[in-house]
Amino acid sequence: MRRVRIKDENLEQRIFLQRSLVAAAIVAAMLLLLAGRAFWLQVLRHDHYAELSQGNRSRLEPLPPNRGIIYDRAGRVIAENTPAYQLELVREQAGDLDTILAQLTHFGLLERDDLARVRQLVLSRRSFEAVPIRLQLDDELIARFAVHRHELQGVSLETRMARHYPYGAIGAHALGYVGTISEDDVTRLDKAHYFGIGVVGKTGIERAYEDDLLGSGGHREVLVNAEGRSVELTDAKTGQLRSRQPQAGRDLRLTLDIELQRVAEEAMAGRRGAVVAIDPSNGDVLVLASLPSFDPNGFARGISRRDYLALTEDPDQPLFNRVLRGTYPPGSTIKPIMALAGLEYQVIRPEDKVFCPGHFSLPHSRHRFRDWKREGHGTVDMRNAVMQSCDVYFYRLANTLGIDRIHDIMTRIGFGAPTGIDIGGERGGIMPSPEWKKAAFSGHEQQVWFPGETVILGIGQGYWAATPLQLATATALLAMRGRHYRPRLVRALVDPVTGAVEERAPQLLPPIELKDQANWEVIVDAMVAVTSGPHGTAVRASRGAAYSIAGKTGTAQVFTVGQTEKYDEKKVAERLRDHALFVAFAPAEAPKLVIAVLVENGGHGSSAAAPIARSVFDAYLARGAG
Amino acid sequence: MYEELAASRTRRTVTATARLMRALHLDGMLLSGLAAVGFFGLFVLYSAAGDNTVLWFSQVARFGIGVAVMIAIAQVPDHFIRMVAPIAFVLGLVLLLLVAVAGDVGKGAQRWLDIGIIRFQPSEIMKLAVPMMCAWYLHQRPLPPSLPNVAAVLAMILIPVLLIAGQPDLGTALLVAAAGLLVLVLGGLPWTYLLGGVVAAGAAVPLVWSLLHDYQRQRVLTLLDPQSDALGAGYHIIQSQIAIGSGGVFGKGWTNGSQAQLEFLPERSTDFIFAVIGEELGLLGLLALLAGYLFIVGRSLYMAAQCRDAFTRLLSGSIALTFFVYVFVNAGMVTGLLPVVGVPLPLVSYGGTSLVTLMAGFGMLMSLYSGRKLLGS
Repeated sequence: MRRVRIKDENLEQRIFLQRSLVAAAIVAAMLLLLAGRAFWLQVLRHDHYAELSQGNRSRLEPLPPNRGIIYDRAGRVIAENTPAYQLELVREQAGDLDTILAQLTHFGLLERDDLARVRQLVLSRRSFEAVPIRLQLDDELIARFAVHRHELQGVSLETRMARHYPYGAIGAHALGYVGTISEDDVTRLDKAHYFGIGVVGKTGIERAYEDDLLGSGGHREVLVNAEGRSVELTDAKTGQLRSRQPQAGRDLRLTLDIELQRVAEEAMAGRRGAVVAIDPSNGDVLVLASLPSFDPNGFARGISRRDYLALTEDPDQPLFNRVLRGTYPPGSTIKPIMALAGLEYQVIRPEDKVFCPGHFSLPHSRHRFRDWKREGHGTVDMRNAVMQSCDVYFYRLANTLGIDRIHDIMTRIGFGAPTGIDIGGERGGIMPSPEWKKAAFSGHEQQVWFPGETVILGIGQGYWAATPLQLATATALLAMRGRHYRPRLVRALVDPVTGAVEERAPQLLPPIELKDQANWEVIVDAMVAVTSGPHGTAVRASRGAAYSIAGKTGTAQVFTVGQTEKYDEKKVAERLRDHALFVAFAPAEAPKLVIAVLVENGGHGSSAAAPIARSVFDAYLARGAG
Repeated sequence: MYEELAASRTRRTVTATARLMRALHLDGMLLSGLAAVGFFGLFVLYSAAGDNTVLWFSQVARFGIGVAVMIAIAQVPDHFIRMVAPIAFVLGLVLLLLVAVAGDVGKGAQRWLDIGIIRFQPSEIMKLAVPMMCAWYLHQRPLPPSLPNVAAVLAMILIPVLLIAGQPDLGTALLVAAAGLLVLVLGGLPWTYLLGGVVAAGAAVPLVWSLLHDYQRQRVLTLLDPQSDALGAGYHIIQSQIAIGSGGVFGKGWTNGSQAQLEFLPERSTDFIFAVIGEELGLLGLLALLAGYLFIVGRSLYMAAQCRDAFTRLLSGSIALTFFVYVFVNAGMVTGLLPVVGVPLPLVSYGGTSLVTLMAGFGMLMSLYSGRKLLGS
């Protein structure tokens, strides 16, 4: 401290004080700046950041609803939700991924072909997420997993609810199926309703009643940390989390009788075709069978590509719904209705006799429209013509009626338009007319309606195409003497929680009023003769029945026979053989059930189709049930 | 009667405490300020540490060490501090060079020196040694300093700062530079020089830019546009602003900050703890903390102004203001006003070395202040 000082202590102190004050001012200013910044962030921009923070911390987890259960008319469960087992892998718990996958393959829990796909799938998810690596494990695989469980760290057996159809292929075309939501589905669905739901109704009832069956999904907000891992925290922190309980879809009560359906399908086994059975008093569809069928369970649990291709490439087209979408010439099955038209327009009386020489020609034409019975039926009245299915009688009748009147009455009965059944995908078929022909063809010559085209409509051939369902509804109209109902598959919807039942009333369509109501009985009587008369075409199939059946056989040509050839079943390839048809109702005096049967390439309606109808009638009417 | 008795007893207790304080060369007001902010810090750290109670207890222990160091240094006479200033500076410089040659690499930077028993960062010594050296140098020379003296002091600052920045430890380099420069400014550095310095610094920006490491450049760029790299370098800034902003006026409640508790906020118990306060305790919490800092800085500056000579004044003034630089750099970084520089929030952030250095500084401040009183009495 003995140094030379040229220092001015006072000056230095003053400088320091002055500088300190400036510094203090700057400190205060900077603190204000910080406080201002905090004010900006926390007060002025608070809402913005609060929202960002909320988005950060939470993630919505779906709570999928239970899909509605489907019951048949007797209350039997035909579509339900059952647990399905699947293997799930959590990468971060599994150690080395390739090692664990190799082990799984070794134990037979993974297919070698699937390995690359599964590996990619697992790597595409976050390491703590459980990734399904093998779906629909059967009992054997579950047992195998149980044995090796301790060697497979990070792999667990999980259950999820999957659609299950206990009757398998029976009724599959009516029920339809659910399947994985595809890209096509995404465009037609409201994605918000399918949060956490992987499947959607694809066809049949499952699709048509999708909105009712689905219910509404719930969700719960879960806290997540920065890695997206869900975390459990104390109540104080979960207070603001939102959640919504899922609401189960509504259960369906069908008109379908699954046991009757089974009878029909078993009677039809090994053949291609369709069986429809309707309660004519209300339009309830009890049987809707299209064969061959398929197992909808495959779709519900994720069908493999190979199995799917096997279904789509099968020449028998098991996925094709013949009842709704198959259009066939109705053949002789429309003869009773044609006769009814003749009576209604008063162009013929029941007792009027027509001579059938085995062929029919238009005036000034040498073309012969041949009868199925080469030698002819001789002299027939209306009852005989229907009973023996005389073609010539109806060639002549159709020609007399003319195309306009035929078109008019057949359209009123429902041909040429969808029946409006409550599931989708239905086709309307074709009820031809000169107008239709003009619209359907482009060439001028093709657009002309020829008189011969009217003639063959008399026996249900030509351009006429109808679905088996249309044949059934038209027959139901005869059975009910003019009253008819829109066919339906769903009778009621039931809320599984409240038990509230929404009944669907039968839909009565505008009835057909005849000028003379007695004419109904003429037709029904003729149809009864088909199954019981001396030369009835369906007598053999109806023998021994405890009830009276009114029916009509039909044989629809697939293959056009030349003018001079004789149709020989045995020579024609199976696929070119005639379709066999049979429509009927029983008991004839108080109809309880209407049936339409079509056997593709079955040959004769009397031998191929009628026995199938008989077994369904027997099963249904023997119960004494309604 | 009774009330008077009680009052007089209270008065006696106060006097007894004051006497103890004086005997220990401690300043009661500064100590209260430090204690208030320190306890506030521990309170917040308990939440920020989450389940990691070990971390919290170790911080409590460090506070204990810090207080012990502060009290110990407060007992050192001010002239002794002045005497050891050049020695500390030279020693620090040697150690910095040693680090550059033989230091451990931790977290990608060469900062640590392992001397067998403990590992420590010599740059921490420089936080005090540089202002001590500058004050010591200027103390012997007339003030305001002449140009050659300014140049000499600048050299004393620049050499260690460059060594530290080269480790690289930009945060500490910045604080050491600030500590030294503040001595110069408080000593009366002519405003013209100061202005010139600022202009020169501005001109040097491109040069500094070229010398910066990539990650340092990135931090500056990120400050200008955090969204440009929302999941990378901008992540820290975005998440800390979300944390603070979402806290609102009253905060989400202690230990209830979702940003902090759910790990969205990086470095929540160290450099970004300011954001935890903003989120959980809201604007009120932040203002309370800033008020605490203001009190500490104000009291420290007051104490500096009371000092008896240039050395003590300059050194204590520098310690007071450097403390505020800490606060501003950290809070500015966390609120998005300044680029991300690794500077802890003083007395609050988890971390040992800087806390001990800080407390040592306050011990020194108390020693220098009590020196004035001794002379006065």
